[in-house]
Amino acid sequence: MEVHVRIPTPLKKLAGERDLIHAQGETVGEVLGWLTETYPGLKERLRDEQGEVRRFITIYVNDEDIRFIQNLETPLKDGDRISIIPAIAGGSRLGEHLGKLRK
Amino acid sequence: MKIGTLRTIKAFRDWFIIKARNEGSEISVEETHQLLQDKEPVVLLDIREKEEIVLGYIKGAVFLPQGLLHDEVEEVLPDKDVPVVVYCAAGIRSLAAAKLMREKGYAHVFSMAKGIDGWQKAGYEVTSDSELTPDQLNRYSRHLMLREVGMEGQLRLLKAKVLLVGAGGLGCPAGLYLAAAGVGTIGIIDSDRVDLTNLQRQILHGLADVGRPKTESAKEAIHRINPDVKVVTYQERLTSQNVVEIFKEYDVVVDGSDNFPTKYLVNDASFFTGKPYVYGGVFQFEGQASVFFPKEGGPCMRCLFPEPPPPGLVPS
Repeated sequence: MEVHVRIPTPLKKLAGERDLIHAQGETVGEVLGWLTETYPGLKERLRDEQGEVRRFITIYVNDEDIRFIQNLETPLKDGDRISIIPAIAGGSRLGEHLGKLRK
Repeated sequence: MKIGTLRTIKAFRDWFIIKARNEGSEISVEETHQLLQDKEPVVLLDIREKEEIVLGYIKGAVFLPQGLLHDEVEEVLPDKDVPVVVYCAAGIRSLAAAKLMREKGYAHVFSMAKGIDGWQKAGYEVTSDSELTPDQLNRYSRHLMLREVGMEGQLRLLKAKVLLVGAGGLGCPAGLYLAAAGVGTIGIIDSDRVDLTNLQRQILHGLADVGRPKTESAKEAIHRINPDVKVVTYQERLTSQNVVEIFKEYDVVVDGSDNFPTKYLVNDASFFTGKPYVYGGVFQFEGQASVFFPKEGGPCMRCLFPEPPPPGLVPS
């Protein structure tokens, strides 16, 4: 089963600078497992110590929030789109942060 | 020669009126009133000049002066199957306007016979609000043409009170557009001062403002665009101590803050004060926008993201 996973900008660096990844798995949980094995840096960002999806991240299969379907057990079809949506702040001081990084 | 020309013009006018009447393109004020009472999906189009509108208009009308009709009617009313009743002062200009619109392909256009004079004489309500000055009618004329805004919408905007949390990358463009659109009261809360690195995107501030409080430079920039707007500034941080007191003065809260503690504070305070929360977040080239209004049955931000990320896990 191949699905398309949309990687949000804040996590791109940990996913080989890619914003769209073709991943394998029969369920959302399997796809996340595949992703974090392929890109180990993502693991800490996406899941907590108990393996649950972190509470500041929402995952959609096509346009549905997985918490309203079968969560990590949600079954997938070929070609499904998975979107990882983290809470994003920003809006004001981004430039300053980047500025500080360069100094 | 001059008299002859006048006669010709008058003769043409009489001919045109008769012709238009014979084609059944007129509707009486009584019929129009009934259509509006029955809430029929009819567009009432006022084609008079702004000096006339200020003296009185029919509630629910859309405004497009006759001179702009030819060039802009298709933009204002893209649906040519919608029934339209055109009115002017006495029902003459509206005949010509209805004819022009039929030529442009509008299927059901009527001119209201006897115009707003006849409407008023029949005892129907004419709304006259001295609230909009001729200058304001000019400034907001492009809004008055839009069915979705119109006179009622513009008056609502002028009475609206919007709070901007942060005058940064999100708050600046939001503030500019709200001020230009004629939002009557804009509150701005921000404790920061303008930095040179802000200027590439925080478009309310200029080079001469570097080092000044953002609230001050934002207020000045808003007044340069629209002196009608009342700007209330709070040069402080939003905290759990001041948030409820500030929010209760406003109709809508627009959050352009740059950090999660403030975003969650805005969410929780909007929830408890029953205000719609306009949320925005941006990271590099990715942005999020939403409106959370649980009082009207929708979710709040915690339904989407129950907890803020701990510092360091997501860059802000």
